[in-house]
Amino acid sequence: MTKSNVMEVPPKGGFTFDLCRRNTMLQQQGAKLPKFRKTGTTIVGLIFKDGVILGADTRATEGEIVCDKNCEKIHYLAPNISCCGAGTAADTENVTDMVSSQLVLHRYATGRESRVVTALTMLKSHLFRYQGQVSAALVLGGVDVTGPHLHAVYPHGSTDTLPFATMGSGSLAAMSVFESRYKENLTKEEGMEIVSAAICAGIFNDLGSGSNVDLCIITKEGKEYLRNYQQPNPRSYSRSKGYDFKIGHTAVLSTKITQLRQHVQVLEGDAMEEE
Amino acid sequence: MSMVFAPRMAEAAPSSHAGASWSPYDNNGGTCVAIAGADYCVIAADTRMSTGFSILTRDYSKIHQITEKCVLASSGFQADVRSLQKNLDARHQIYQHQHNKQMSCPAMAQLLSNTLYYKRFFPYYAFNVLGGLDNEGKGCVYTYDAVGSYERSGYSSQGSGQTLIMPVLDNQLKSASPLVLPPRESSTPLTENEAVDLIKDTFASAAERDIYTGDGVEIVIINKDGIRRETMPLKRD
Repeated sequence: MTKSNVMEVPPKGGFTFDLCRRNTMLQQQGAKLPKFRKTGTTIVGLIFKDGVILGADTRATEGEIVCDKNCEKIHYLAPNISCCGAGTAADTENVTDMVSSQLVLHRYATGRESRVVTALTMLKSHLFRYQGQVSAALVLGGVDVTGPHLHAVYPHGSTDTLPFATMGSGSLAAMSVFESRYKENLTKEEGMEIVSAAICAGIFNDLGSGSNVDLCIITKEGKEYLRNYQQPNPRSYSRSKGYDFKIGHTAVLSTKITQLRQHVQVLEGDAMEEE
Repeated sequence: MSMVFAPRMAEAAPSSHAGASWSPYDNNGGTCVAIAGADYCVIAADTRMSTGFSILTRDYSKIHQITEKCVLASSGFQADVRSLQKNLDARHQIYQHQHNKQMSCPAMAQLLSNTLYYKRFFPYYAFNVLGGLDNEGKGCVYTYDAVGSYERSGYSSQGSGQTLIMPVLDNQLKSASPLVLPPRESSTPLTENEAVDLIKDTFASAAERDIYTGDGVEIVIINKDGIRRETMPLKRD
């Protein structure tokens, strides 16, 4: 048997927890772990007569501060499938991008339109392998040959299949609207109205959610993405005289001007013409 | 021969924090601002009271008038704030009985500092801004930490939106740096209406980015003619 230099390959797949011990040790010594940008969030989905409607707010928070007043929480997975994401923004972005790419390859391999259960299985397997360390809570919805589907996906990898679902810090406010107003076989207009009302409930009653309402309506005809469908939070006041910063407002301590032109020597050919 | 071996216990998944225990404090959020002028003082606070990620009420006043010419605005734990307000009111009443006059603003400032430090080892979770007119009729603003350290200045902000508002006030009101000599007057050269305009704009900006600031702002203006109140709605999301 030829002796082959086999490199030490780390175990395939899954999460290695070695660094978690180091992190707890550092924390106990007083080091502060970096804050993640979370999306606070209210995300919802419901099934209506002809398909699925997804809704989301647009506020992203870093602790108590709003870091993005108009971010996009409804992610593209396939031409007939979309996914709303709550939790750590980097996690939701990356996990949906990853599954979206995998679905493209899958479509080439199968020669068929993607199915919602395929996206669901890819997402839940990934999240389970990472044992909840990937903090992504998703509302997945779409329409395929088998009909409209709506699922809620949790960070540890479990899923629920539901006629209406809400996730995020504003999920309770939104669910209260759904529970009182949802019924089967809603029309598109009724569905849009109920989804907007649910998102608004999250926006106004949950401090982690805010700004605008995004909607995404998916039917077998296609997908309609209504970015900023409602904007119920305009700025309340602007100073009448504005802010004027005249020259001299900031003290100039020293000035140094370097002529660039003198460093360029034309050795042969024509000097470039000035435009 | 039986092999007995103690199975190695799987390392417990590291917990991110020691067991949470009960705390006597809560933070109800909110922001307070005060600006002093040559002959006026403007004190403002938002009207949102929250706990965690929920709103308790959109219409809560954090501003309390203690004397004719002296107003206290406090953010933090409103139960402690209320208790502090009642304490100061009682002490002021006693002062009035003993001295047959109202307390001046600088005197009240000192009293507040002493009251806060009295509870140095179980503090009032209150972040205070005291505003009013001093004995000469000029605007004064006193700013405090939770245990009573205080300083007179031309303007101040406290609370959850403090870090968002303070730099704007520094930029617009050009506070004298403590290192600048000779020290400049502590009052700021804005008119009363300009100060109110600035306050409305800073609160609108703070409400955009701070989740605990919003719903409405209550503005109290003190000048030689008395005390006047204004309110303005803010974003409710």
